[in-house]
Amino acid sequence: MTIIIDALRAAVSVEAAYFCLTAIGLNVQFGFAGLLNFGQAGFVAVGAYGFAVAVASFNLPFFVAILVGLTCTAILALFLGIPTLRLRADYLAIATIAAAEVIRLFFGASFKEYFNGRDGVTGFSDAFQGANPYSGEVLGFRPGDFWVMTIGWILVVLSSIFLWSLMRSPWGRVLKSIREDEEAVRSLGKNVYSYKMQALILGGMVGCLGGFILALGQNSVQPDNFSSDLTFIVYTMLILGGAARIFGPIFGAVVFWAFLSLISGILGRLTEGGDPVIPSWLMTDDQVGSVRFMIVGLALMLLMIFRPQGVFGDRKEIALDAR
Amino acid sequence: MPDNDEPILVADNVTRKFGGLTAVDVDHVEIPRHKITALIGPNGAGKTTFFNLLTGFDETDSGSWTFNGQSIANMPAHKVARLGMVRTFQLTKVLSKLTVLENMRLGATGQGGERFWRAPIAALWRGQEKANTERARELLKRFQLDAKEDDFAGSLSGGQRKLLEMARALMVNPELIMLDEPMAGVNPALKQSLLGHVKSLREDGMTVLFVEHDMDMVRDISDRVIVMAQGKIIAQGTADDVMGDQTVIDAYLGEHHDTDITEERRTSMNGPTETLEH
Repeated sequence: MTIIIDALRAAVSVEAAYFCLTAIGLNVQFGFAGLLNFGQAGFVAVGAYGFAVAVASFNLPFFVAILVGLTCTAILALFLGIPTLRLRADYLAIATIAAAEVIRLFFGASFKEYFNGRDGVTGFSDAFQGANPYSGEVLGFRPGDFWVMTIGWILVVLSSIFLWSLMRSPWGRVLKSIREDEEAVRSLGKNVYSYKMQALILGGMVGCLGGFILALGQNSVQPDNFSSDLTFIVYTMLILGGAARIFGPIFGAVVFWAFLSLISGILGRLTEGGDPVIPSWLMTDDQVGSVRFMIVGLALMLLMIFRPQGVFGDRKEIALDAR
Repeated sequence: MPDNDEPILVADNVTRKFGGLTAVDVDHVEIPRHKITALIGPNGAGKTTFFNLLTGFDETDSGSWTFNGQSIANMPAHKVARLGMVRTFQLTKVLSKLTVLENMRLGATGQGGERFWRAPIAALWRGQEKANTERARELLKRFQLDAKEDDFAGSLSGGQRKLLEMARALMVNPELIMLDEPMAGVNPALKQSLLGHVKSLREDGMTVLFVEHDMDMVRDISDRVIVMAQGKIIAQGTADDVMGDQTVIDAYLGEHHDTDITEERRTSMNGPTETLEH
């Protein structure tokens, strides 16, 4: 029973909200506009660090620091988009994955007076926690965590509503058309480059909101939070839920995170004690962390085989690709 | 729409090289207004490349051209389209995962709802969207696609895709519509109706420039024919004029097509050898 409760708690945790926002951002870029951004971790990192350093080192007010974070992400998007968005889609993928790694290493090794190397930046969430309306434990969550969760899920809802309103509009139609065939859209008088840039910036900025939630949730930002694993986990969540669907990334992030917690709970139970159910020659309890990812991988393979469009996707749409 | 007899499009000294190969080398060409002009030539003559250059889908090495008197040399493709010079593609480019009606709506230009800051507020673009939808439905009806409006464009047949692409181009309200092989891969029954549609464009006051291999179609509907071979324009005139022109016959059949093979002693067949369909 505790295993299931733990999984449900994971489903609404700070991490789940953080992954949700990051996946929603990626959905704008990859799902709707078809941009292969393999550097979402970099966008999240720049936003989170921009915010954290603005408060910790420069003592800027909270909302100014939020603006700093968002601006940094937008600048990164411009910086990556200007040279690559005119080229074929693959080049954006190469440039973004490289940029994300460069950013991570940069935060880990440079300007140590601001970034503190691998220890990361801390001490920036006082203003945020000062506004915390909760005092005691709520539903078993610490008040600080629950406050971050509250804001996180509000942001998830608000950004989803905003995206829904964008994607049903003619603007969203242009974006979806670009995903299908850029040249056709260009031949109809649309500035494809500008739309791709808007999508890249918007997606990066929504992902950056996730970065704020992560930073506030763990009260620190470290370079290792933003390895390329993050990008691939977020892609997995997006595809699980169904790309180019408003609910896709939310569902994917929540289910993925809960499932991961459920599996480690079960595996932990099966390998604990002096006489575990799973014999120790096969698996020990300190291998749970790795084995759960193996099982998640298997589940995803099955998903791709039997439901490639994700949970919310439309099978008819996928079938058209085969023509 | 300026109602005059000036040519709608004038191009001078347009060249495009791919490495050592000169794909297009056009000294001078004029496209007459309110007429249907055919651009023909053997495979590899540079017709599609010339199309791409004129519409901003490829960049020239040199040259200048004007549309309605305005220089549009090397202007980005979307700006060319906004000026009223819209093209279709040899391999049809319908947006498969959008419905037929959405494909049509996309074609409308100047949509407020396509601006980022106006898009989230539906009240700002709903009226315009409704007007565009009405115009789209009229065009779909004219092209006999009205029954398909809610189907994904990817589920249409090859010929229907050609029709949809042409109808979508009309949503831009073009003055000059450039069709790249509109008859390729279309069954004979649909060809007749397509021919009718192209003619009706001229009746609506548009200018049509099209690339085609089907000589029946060229003879049937074009007011004027331009023949390209090896990147150059080798003949211009009415369909009957150019088909009787010796350089054109040579370009299609090779220079020595009418000499007996045994008489060819020192020369080798090195011209384009594609046969004329008629």
